[in-house]
Amino acid sequence: MELRRDYFADVRKDGLHEIGQPRPRLDSPGHVTGKTAYFADRNFPGMLHLKMVRSPHHHARIRSIDTSEAEKHPGVVRVLTAKDVPHNVYTILILIQIGPEDETVLADGKVRWKGEAVVAVLAETERAAQEAAAKVKVDYEVLPAVFDMEEALKPGAPLVNEYHGQNYYLYDSGECRKVRFGDVEAGFAKADHILEQSYQSSPIEHAPTETTGCVVAPEGNDRFTCYTNTQAMFFTLDNTSIILQMPGNKLHFVGGTVGGGFGGKVDVIVEPIAILGAKLTGRPVSFIYSREEEMQISSPRAAEKVVIKDGVMKDGRIVARKVTGYTDAGAYSRHSPYGAQKGAGHYPGPYTVPNVWIDTYCVYTNRTPSSAMRGFGVTIGDFALEVQMDKLARLIGMDPLEFRFINAYRDGDMKAHRQPTEGAALIECMQEASRAANWPVAEKYMAMSSYRKGA
Amino acid sequence: MAKVPVQFTLNGSEKAEFIESGTTLLHALRDKIGDTSPKGGCHQGTCGACSVIIDGELRLSCLTLAETCSGADIKTTAGLAEGGVLHPLQRAFLDAFATQCGFCTPGMIMAAKVLLDRTPNPSREDVVEALSGNICRCTGYEPIVQAVLTAARANSQNAA
Ligand code: FES
Ligand code: FES
Repeated sequence: MELRRDYFADVRKDGLHEIGQPRPRLDSPGHVTGKTAYFADRNFPGMLHLKMVRSPHHHARIRSIDTSEAEKHPGVVRVLTAKDVPHNVYTILILIQIGPEDETVLADGKVRWKGEAVVAVLAETERAAQEAAAKVKVDYEVLPAVFDMEEALKPGAPLVNEYHGQNYYLYDSGECRKVRFGDVEAGFAKADHILEQSYQSSPIEHAPTETTGCVVAPEGNDRFTCYTNTQAMFFTLDNTSIILQMPGNKLHFVGGTVGGGFGGKVDVIVEPIAILGAKLTGRPVSFIYSREEEMQISSPRAAEKVVIKDGVMKDGRIVARKVTGYTDAGAYSRHSPYGAQKGAGHYPGPYTVPNVWIDTYCVYTNRTPSSAMRGFGVTIGDFALEVQMDKLARLIGMDPLEFRFINAYRDGDMKAHRQPTEGAALIECMQEASRAANWPVAEKYMAMSSYRKGA
Repeated sequence: MAKVPVQFTLNGSEKAEFIESGTTLLHALRDKIGDTSPKGGCHQGTCGACSVIIDGELRLSCLTLAETCSGADIKTTAGLAEGGVLHPLQRAFLDAFATQCGFCTPGMIMAAKVLLDRTPNPSREDVVEALSGNICRCTGYEPIVQAVLTAARANSQNAA
């Protein structure tokens, strides 16, 4: 690896010994010998297996649940419904005061997406749990469902989640997160060209090789050890403590070894119900998603829609940018109000634009709840922004890389959300990319710097 | 339910268990015998994480009934290092950064071992073909392909 020491020569500290050096990963010896202990490698005598009865409908009222046949099935030890869960309505971000609590651990009176957990069955074997789950009878009254964000925002759309009362997350700023900077309409008025485009993405599943799950062992003193592949250990611990109304010191979480996560294992989904099962039966419990559950049930990256309207001058300057972003949370919040908010903070991208208007909505639909995935709230936005940048460059007949140099943010520039730019390196990255990709740009761009001084 | 006896050699040592008829080899190895090096990624024959070697053949242990393995010679990644010395494939996976989360690694190493046992000097295409039943969601495969090629070179140098 080549380190370009001429960039930021005056701010770089030398004496870096690790950067640029290959170093063995500490966990690899365990991986190549098969010794690394993933949660499912723990096995306890008398361990029960938990299987979930899930909603076959996108939106339905539950008239009744009959678990009597399932309870009689050989090998079944316990069947759990909403009434068994001490604090059944929760939301993970309540820990950072992002409410209201809007999601049920086990469905209570209503299901809001196809696959929602309704009844948990604990049995001696996976097979017995699966067979008994098939014997649980749930009487549903199917309700109209909405799957499209724009449809969901129209008046008269089916209400997805009563805890919100409307099909969008209500921020303290209102129906969306808003950023206002300069005068965007004045910017459009003076622009040589205006380009408005919309970009859309589908949900994306992380598909980790190891599915989501946990193994719980009671320690015999009202304390429970939970071996889990969560990516959010303390979020899970604290939310479990709320859901089960148990002090945190009764919960011992062991994790850190994750067979692929990519953001898909940050929700608090398997642990509370498995610990509850262990508590109510006094037995170890294993709850592991099947591959089908991993694909259909675990939160994907949110579907997004991004509408970008830009005003650009013939000389390449973007003078106004208006972005409206929609994040499809699915039926419940999970991390999506935060994802949509990140989008608001991220636009207009790494470019300095004098007039900016941003609205980002977190929308509820009857789809699988979405959540975190690698740069959620930002990644799809970057796709939209960069495709838009290429289109703008084409519109004014300019090289797309030179067009980005003209608009790149630099140290000292005020960003739309009122933070001065610091430590920018976009120009230097593009200079390096220009060399590496053999995509030459005019000398004046190669002489630019992210530093304002002398620029 | 009636139990069935099953007896086989696992990484050179004799194992005997009573299992329920219909138990997969993956389940028997992991939950009965305690060799957790084969991983269950899908339990439906699509990911390769559960790969083991049975009588020299690469097999998916999630689709193999344990009771069909009586008398078989079974090898898993847990038995690959000899006397604490890593097998060249294990060494190469370490050195080439061919593991990230590591969940696919034992299965990958099994698939690679069967390839190198039969084709000591494989082409890149041979390696890609041999690993085509094993899914890795983390590494992007290239470091794994490189690791297998490196191990093959190390093997043939040792043999020379
Ligand atoms: S667990 Fe056997 S192929 Fe996936
Ligand atoms: S290293 Fe994670 S699946 Fe391959």
